[in-house]
Amino acid sequence: MATPAPKIKFREPQIEMAHGAGGKASRRLVEGLFAPILFGASHGPLGDAAHVQINGTRIAMTTDSFVVSPLRFPGGSIGELAINGTVNDLAVSGARAEAIVVTYVLEAGLPTEILEAEVRAMARAAEKAGVLIAGGDTKVVEHGKADGMYISTTGIGRLLFGVEISPDSVRPGDKVLLSGPIGDHGITILLARGELDMQADLSSDTRSVFPLVQALVSSAGPGVRWMRDPTRGGVATSLNELARDSGRGVVLFEEKIPIRDSVRGACELLGLDPLHIANEGQFLAIVSAEHANSALQALHTAPGGEAAAMIGEIREQPSSMVSVTTLYGGTRLVDMLVGDPLPRIC
Amino acid sequence: MKYVDEFRTPELIAKAGEEIRKLAGPNRHYRIMEVCGGHTHAIYRFGLKDLMPSNVELIHGPGCPVCVLPMGRIDDGLSLAADPSFIFAAFGDMMRVPGTHGSPLEYKARGMDVRIVYSPADALKLARNNPEKHVIFFAIGFETTAPSTALTLMRAKSEGLHNFSVFCNHVTIIPAIRAILDSPDMRLDGFVGPGHVSTVIGCRPYHWIAQDAGKPVVVSGFEPLDILQSIVMLLRQLRLGEARVENQYKRVVPWEGNRAALRAMAEVFELRPYFEWRGLGFISQSALKIRASYTEWDSEQRFPVPGVRVTDPKAAQCGEVLKGVLKPAQCKLFGRECTPEQPVGALMVSSEGSCAAYYNYEHRKPVTIANAATA
Repeated sequence: MATPAPKIKFREPQIEMAHGAGGKASRRLVEGLFAPILFGASHGPLGDAAHVQINGTRIAMTTDSFVVSPLRFPGGSIGELAINGTVNDLAVSGARAEAIVVTYVLEAGLPTEILEAEVRAMARAAEKAGVLIAGGDTKVVEHGKADGMYISTTGIGRLLFGVEISPDSVRPGDKVLLSGPIGDHGITILLARGELDMQADLSSDTRSVFPLVQALVSSAGPGVRWMRDPTRGGVATSLNELARDSGRGVVLFEEKIPIRDSVRGACELLGLDPLHIANEGQFLAIVSAEHANSALQALHTAPGGEAAAMIGEIREQPSSMVSVTTLYGGTRLVDMLVGDPLPRIC
Repeated sequence: MKYVDEFRTPELIAKAGEEIRKLAGPNRHYRIMEVCGGHTHAIYRFGLKDLMPSNVELIHGPGCPVCVLPMGRIDDGLSLAADPSFIFAAFGDMMRVPGTHGSPLEYKARGMDVRIVYSPADALKLARNNPEKHVIFFAIGFETTAPSTALTLMRAKSEGLHNFSVFCNHVTIIPAIRAILDSPDMRLDGFVGPGHVSTVIGCRPYHWIAQDAGKPVVVSGFEPLDILQSIVMLLRQLRLGEARVENQYKRVVPWEGNRAALRAMAEVFELRPYFEWRGLGFISQSALKIRASYTEWDSEQRFPVPGVRVTDPKAAQCGEVLKGVLKPAQCKLFGRECTPEQPVGALMVSSEGSCAAYYNYEHRKPVTIANAATA
């Protein structure tokens, strides 16, 4: 029997910046063009990493590319992000990163000094995360064709025992856990670009979240239903994807969401919602109600998890949506990010 | 966070909500317009409508600079962006606003040099750093942003910087309020007055609203407690049958306004005889034009601009929503053809546009649907 031709829903005439911003447009591109052609008509929810079987062993596999400008910023650099990003995508799919291969796309004219600093940053980050850099490839493009350098990393990981995560397993009453304060990375980058005459004592949160994921999984085991690292598009976009994929409602409690004052301040000034700002060292987990308290405690006692918080819960209604209960008992909906976050004027 | 958290204290907010319920009583319906888009945004973002009794209705006003700009002006501005020797600079708010052939962001994706700036001074910096290019700053905003445009033009002139000009779309708030009060289908009881505009123009320009139109005005801040307190102040006046201008936002708004800012505006701008507003049509003396002494820095004078007039898509009811005649969800396109992702009208783009605020924070809420069913 012939398989039906996949239906291509993506009809937009050209690629816009928004298609790479991690929000709604990105999802339309992936689900409307990539998935139907590459994965066929029927595919499950798209997670942070794929699980593939080799000789009866299931491994997790993921890839990510890094095009950040500026290359260095307070708290990190593109090289460090490139390792941690892939380690984290594997971690939140329930896997420990084992090996990574790297592609460098370098722009002619890039000072060797800068390249060397990034290669060293990658070696350090890999050592810290306990992952092997197993190989790589280099391409050089003409001057003006890349912002200094782009890095792409592909990693494989060993699945942790006893954890099976999927949006389908999420149930009403489950709790939403967050590993620490949100928005640090996105706001740091925005300020590091130097276009805003603003300064803040703030640095990127880039780090491997694997030790925290491991602490969570050891404590809650099968009680861990779903995990995601809220990078581009922020917490709001990750949770909206969960709400859509699971058909459940996600309710957040505003006063429980950890946000540093400097991030809040910058967001207030620029008219941005911290829930839409990118993170590079945090993760969200949905944990069953019975395991939630002990899981939170496990995060609190793990190094770097001191600020973890229970920020919300899963409900039947409003289904497929994310809402926030404000400090005053009012509610508002939180949508996915649309386009790039653009500062407002007044 | 100082100056923010004290205006978000849950106990005080609950108290203000209680006060509003007490003052409003059950026997009368109140229609209060918040003029400024910043207020609209805050009302939705903080869920303030949930704290209000159903007989206190908030109507969203025209105070969203991006929303009131007709599409023809955007097309005119972008017509200059096509020239490779030009840099088109605008605030982030403008970037997704659709013109006939796309938004500034789409122009940028097609390779035109479109930049987001955070202040007109940043656009001037662009001109200094790119002497081989001409920088056009697409200026929008009410009296809030007009002074900084004026100061930037004064700076450009004193520096003799000739590769910089301003495409001026600055508008003034008072004629818009007058147009709304003149509109026969509006029955308003009072106004939450714009906070940021008033830091510049002060509170005096609103006197006629109280004296001639008999409607109370309370100039308000933007934190949840500010807005609720302003509604309390309006309801108190209405209960006593008074109509006065009050200043709730004293910590920022001086009664007389900001004289230095007004002087800078007077130096650089004069009133246009008339200007087209989306939804409100042509309003006389409602916008600012760059004075002859600054012609060299006026994009419209310096370069050929088509001067097109584009009518909004027929089915879109931006005008009715801007005037407060329709609620966002009552527009035929709302949430279907027109969404923040693929906006038909500017009200769906700006975070201060009532459609975007309503779409993002409110419209799919089950409680709203329940209210709509009983309304």
